Amino acid sequence: MGLHVIVPVKYVPDIEKVRFDVKSGRIDRSSAPGEINPFDLNALEAAVRIKEKLGGTVTAISMGPPQAESALRDALARGVDRAILLTDKRFAGADTLATSYTLACAIRKLGSFDLIICGEKTVDGDTGQVGPEIAEHLGIPHIAYVSEIREVSNDRILVVSDLGDGYYLVEMKLPGLIAVTKDINVPRLPTLRDKLRARKAIIEVWSADELVDVADVSRFGYVGSPTIVHRVFFPSERGRKAIIFRGVDAVDKLVEVLIEEGLLG
Amino acid sequence: MAGVIVFAEQHGGEIHPVSFELLSKGREVADRLGVELYSVLLGYNVKNIASELIYYGADRVYVFDNPLLEVFDPVRYKHIIASLAIRKKPELILFGATPLGRSLAPRVAVALNTGLTADCIDIRVDEEGDIVQVRPAFTGNIIAYIKTRTRPVIATVRYRVMKPPRRDLERRGEIIVEEAEVLEDTGIKVLKKVRDKEVRLADSEIIVACGRGLRRPEDIRMIEELARLLGGEVGASRPLVDEGWISRDHQIGFSGNVVKPRLYIACGISGSPQHLAGMRDSEVIVAINIDPSAPIFRVSDYGVIGDLYEVIPKLIEKLRSMGRG
Ligand SMILES: Cc1cc2nc3c(=O)[nH]c(=O)nc-3n(C[C@H](O)[C@H](O)[C@H](O)COP(=O)(O)OP(=O)(O)OC[C@H]3O[C@@H](n4cnc5c(N)ncnc54)[C@H](O)[C@@H]3O)c2cc1C
Ligand SMILES: Nc1ncnc2c1ncn2[C@@H]1O[C@H](COP(=O)(O)O)[C@@H](O)[C@H]1O
Repeated sequence: MGLHVIVPVKYVPDIEKVRFDVKSGRIDRSSAPGEINPFDLNALEAAVRIKEKLGGTVTAISMGPPQAESALRDALARGVDRAILLTDKRFAGADTLATSYTLACAIRKLGSFDLIICGEKTVDGDTGQVGPEIAEHLGIPHIAYVSEIREVSNDRILVVSDLGDGYYLVEMKLPGLIAVTKDINVPRLPTLRDKLRARKAIIEVWSADELVDVADVSRFGYVGSPTIVHRVFFPSERGRKAIIFRGVDAVDKLVEVLIEEGLLG
Repeated sequence: MAGVIVFAEQHGGEIHPVSFELLSKGREVADRLGVELYSVLLGYNVKNIASELIYYGADRVYVFDNPLLEVFDPVRYKHIIASLAIRKKPELILFGATPLGRSLAPRVAVALNTGLTADCIDIRVDEEGDIVQVRPAFTGNIIAYIKTRTRPVIATVRYRVMKPPRRDLERRGEIIVEEAEVLEDTGIKVLKKVRDKEVRLADSEIIVACGRGLRRPEDIRMIEELARLLGGEVGASRPLVDEGWISRDHQIGFSGNVVKPRLYIACGISGSPQHLAGMRDSEVIVAINIDPSAPIFRVSDYGVIGDLYEVIPKLIEKLRSMGRG
């Protein structure tokens, strides 16, 4: 009874602390401490709420460097039952196609599942592509930009999704995938006890070898990634006038310049 | 046969303006590559709007008209676009980086086993004749040039970063109504619209945005009044949305709307990287902030250093005295 919900979570650098090496075009992730992708906390919370209502299990899965273990510990503290870390040099350098392929293979390897819940996007990749791509690899339906879960049963889910021109009530048969926005819930903070429990929990570590029977290894990592970052640079911040007004006549002066700019026409 | 395909996004029979912008860019790339520009339009009773896509630059429009295509279903739409791409072998497919485009493009990319670049701000053809996708990364701190080694190249492109082309009623092209297999049961059923967006900030020309400099939710009325006098809309930084003071439709930034108005007035907003990610390309930026060292001043054209509770009422009064509103 209950559902098996899978939540893919990413270990991301704290983007404000990342350094860029403009010459080599490299992003030096080692310079920044890592954390669980903030948007994935909403996905975890949604999964745990479903478990609380219907029973079942929640599995978190992450592809990343060995340090990504800490993101999975965080997930465990937040109520996940099982955690799997996909880590291997052969997974490195993956774009969204290779990432989603690898995650989909691991999910296939896990056997049966009912629902996959992804975050809206990652703070470093910032694409929102991995969720729908996993769904296509697995041949299951998906709904993106889900801001509300209205109902869940063993075979279907009813959600509110942003389709661009408004919010729609959409029903999806399970198994399926949803990508949730930050508006779906407010993630709970794990208690100290949860954190202690998570520290001792076992995290299963899978390398590419664990996936050979369900995957084509040449589609992993850099080799399996069709997109290549050719060059990166710092955009020159567009020259702004930076004219400052203060004091009693500041508002008058502001209105004057707005008129000059033709903005009060 | 090679070509460039632009996905024409429509809602209720109205083409999203981002599609016209994509046609402008698609035209440019197609001409550089010496190939044709196609557009693909899916919907129900949409045949009559297909000519618009010709007026905006398409050489040929493939129309799929079926009651099952009236509302967006990512699986059903993917199936049709991927089949078309397999037949036409395009070099490039462009989608708008809208909620719809960002849900659909990834499925098409996987179905075609090709690369996808999200949220581009430009598409170019370099000296080697390669397609280069330009996108901001790390909340806009860097710009990345991306190439794709598989075909087709697929990208989603931001709304309002490219100029829409002129609508040319003289342009001629071919409209091809396709009979295609439409999947019946995809597992997805769109039941009904529950709510419209309160506001479409992406379309707004004037935005007055407020942040944590506001002390109470009621004070948003003051911001609304200023926006009304200027003929604009109200925006907000994320904390006000998270507090439930204002709906998420008003949020600007990395996890909200990306906007490009003619005038952006930031009131009591510090200018975090995540906020700047949503508004840094505004035409004219004005900041009202009590703290002279607030980062928002560094990206502003005009700044007023002062207490917004004094500055804004004064500004409102001044605009009223000028006979506005
Ligand atoms: C993953 C992620 C995504 C995020 N996405 C977004 C996003 O989409 N949009 C967004 O906005 N934020 C986003 N944030 C949050 C962001 O990091 C900042 O916390 C937020 O933008 C700060 O909002 P603020 O400027 O209103 O508040 P603060 O940073 O607290 O700034 C308030 C400003 O008001 C000024 N002020 C105070 N009193 C007055 C007064 N009386 N008169 C005038 N000025 C006054 C202060 O000097 C200060 O500069 C995101 C964060 C994360 C981690
Ligand atoms: N390396 C990864 N490991 C696990 N999940 C991931 C990974 N990358 C992306 N995801 C999932 O896909 C979502 C969208 O990511 P992205 O496409 O990178 O913006 C995230 O919120 C995660 O749920």
